[in-house]
Amino acid sequence: MSGLIGRKLAEAALVGLIVSFATFLLVNWTGDLAISLGGMQASKEELVKLRAAYGLDRPLLVQYVDWARRALSGDLGRSFFSQEDVLPLILSRLAVTSRLALAALLVGIATAAPLGILAAIYQGKWIDHLAQTIAALSQAMPSFWSGLLLILFFGVNLKILPISGNDDWTGYIMPALALGWFVFPIMLRLLRAGMVEALSADYVRTARAKGLDPKRIVLKHALRNAVLPVVSLAAVQFGQLLGGSVVVEAVFALPGVGQLAWNSIQRADFPVVQAVVLLVAMIFVVVNLIADIINGVLDPRIRRA
Amino acid sequence: MFGAVILGFYIVIALAAPWITPHDPYAQSLVRRLRPPVWAPNGSWTYVLGTDPFGRDYLSRLIYATRTALTVAAASALAAGLIGSTLGLAAGYFRGRVDQVISLIISTRLAFPSLLIALAVLQVAGSGLWIVVVVLGLTLWDRFAVVLRTAVMQISRQDYVLAARSFGSSHMRIMFKEIAPNVFGHFLVVFSYEAGQAVLAATALSFLGLGIQAPQPTWGLMMAEGRNWLLTNPWLIANAGIALMFLVLAMNLVGDGLRDILTPNEKV
Repeated sequence: MSGLIGRKLAEAALVGLIVSFATFLLVNWTGDLAISLGGMQASKEELVKLRAAYGLDRPLLVQYVDWARRALSGDLGRSFFSQEDVLPLILSRLAVTSRLALAALLVGIATAAPLGILAAIYQGKWIDHLAQTIAALSQAMPSFWSGLLLILFFGVNLKILPISGNDDWTGYIMPALALGWFVFPIMLRLLRAGMVEALSADYVRTARAKGLDPKRIVLKHALRNAVLPVVSLAAVQFGQLLGGSVVVEAVFALPGVGQLAWNSIQRADFPVVQAVVLLVAMIFVVVNLIADIINGVLDPRIRRA
Repeated sequence: MFGAVILGFYIVIALAAPWITPHDPYAQSLVRRLRPPVWAPNGSWTYVLGTDPFGRDYLSRLIYATRTALTVAAASALAAGLIGSTLGLAAGYFRGRVDQVISLIISTRLAFPSLLIALAVLQVAGSGLWIVVVVLGLTLWDRFAVVLRTAVMQISRQDYVLAARSFGSSHMRIMFKEIAPNVFGHFLVVFSYEAGQAVLAATALSFLGLGIQAPQPTWGLMMAEGRNWLLTNPWLIANAGIALMFLVLAMNLVGDGLRDILTPNEKV
C-alpha cells in the first residue's frame, strides 16, 4: 500500500511541476506583461523600466523559480484590474464553483446509478434502450444549451426557479442540472459496462448458485466491483467541472471561478488567469491522486500492479 | 446506420448550401426582424424558421452554419489526431522511457482546463476559423494518444512486427508501414467522437463571442444573438441547438458503429 502511495505521490508531484511550468510559460508567451502593466501607449523606455522593476528582464528560468517560490508560499500576485491579492480573490469564488461541481456530480451519479444498474440487469430490454438513448442525447447537448432550455422551462414558463444569481441554494438547482446532464452519460455508460461485466463474472455465478438473495448479489457483490472506475471518473469529472463550468456560470450569472477567469481573460488580467489555471490544474492533480489511493484501498489488485 | 444517415444528410446540406438556401444568409433588414417560424402564430413559408434579430433568414444561416461546423469538426479532429496519434504511436512502440515521458505529457494535458486555455489563447491570438482549429487541435488530442498507445502496445509484440524487426526494418518503417495501418480503425473511432467534441467546443467558444466572428454564421453565435430574446423568441436558441445536437449525436453514433465493426473486442 505505501509503495502505491509513494509512486502515485511522485507521479503527481512531477505532473504538478510540469503543469506549473507550462502555466508560467503560457502567460509569458501569450502576452507581454510589461505592456499589460504600462498600457498600450507606454514608450520603449517606460517598458524597459517596467521590465527592470518587475524583474521581467531576467532569464525565464530564474523568473519561473521566483514565481513558483512565491506561489508556494501563497503569493500568486495581484490582479492588474482590481489590485486585489489573487489568491483570496480566487478562493472566495472557488466556493461557488466547488458547490456547483459537487451538486452536478451528485445529479449525475443520482441519475446514472439507478439507470445504469437497471440497464445492466435488464440488458437489451426496453429500460436498457431507454437509458442508452437518454445518454446519447444528453452527450450531444452542450451544457449551456440545456441550461438555457431549463431557464426557459422552469424560470420563464413555470416561474418556480430563479433565472440567475446565487442568493440561496435554489440558484444552484438549474446550473447543477445543466452540468449534471453533462456528467450523466459517461457515468451511465461506465457503470452499465462495469455491472454487465461483473454480473457475468464467476463470483456472481457462485453467489447465485449458493442461493444468495439476488438483491444482495447485485448491490454488494457486483456493484462493489463496478463502482471502482466510477470513483476515478468522478474525480476526473470534478476537476473538469471546475474549469469547464465557465459557460454555465456565464449563462446563469453565477459568480464562480469560471466567471472570474472569463472576465479576467477579457480584461487581459494575466495574474488572475494564470492563477486560476494553476489552481484548477493542481486541484485536478490532487483529486486524481486521492481517487487513485481510494481505488488502491478498495481493490487489492491495484496495490500490487 | 442511423448515425451515418444523419451525418450524410448534414454533409449534403453543407455541400449544397449555396443552392438550397432560400435567402442570402447575410442580408439584413430592420423591417423583418424577429419574424416567427412557420408553425408559430403569424409565421409564414417565406421565412420557414423565421428571422434573427438582424432580420436575416434563420434557415439560411442555419444551413451555412452547418458548413462552418463540419469544417471545424473535421479539421480540428484531424489536427488533434495528428498530434495524439504520433504521441500514442511513439509511446506504444518504444515503451520504457519514451512511454513514461509521453504519459507525463498526457497527464499534464488532462490536468489543464482546456476550455479556459482555449479562451485565453483565442483572446490573445485573435479570431478566425483556422485559429479555432489550431486551438482545438491542441486541446483535443489526448484521447487519440491514450487509445492508440494501448492499441499499439498490443500489436507491437505480434509476430509480423517482430519479423520486420528481425530482418532489419527501421523503426520509422515499422511504425508507419506495419503498425499504423493496423491501428487505423482505432483512429477512425476516436476521430468521429472527437469531431463531435470539436463541434461542441467550437459552439461554446462562439457562444462566448470568441473564435469564428460575426457575421459568419455559427450555431454558437446564433444562440448568443438569440439570448436576449429568450423570453419572446425562444426558437432562436432552440433551433440552432437542435441542429447542433443531431450532428453531435450522429457523430457519436457513427463512432459507436465504427467501434463495433473495426475494434470488436475492445472498449474505446
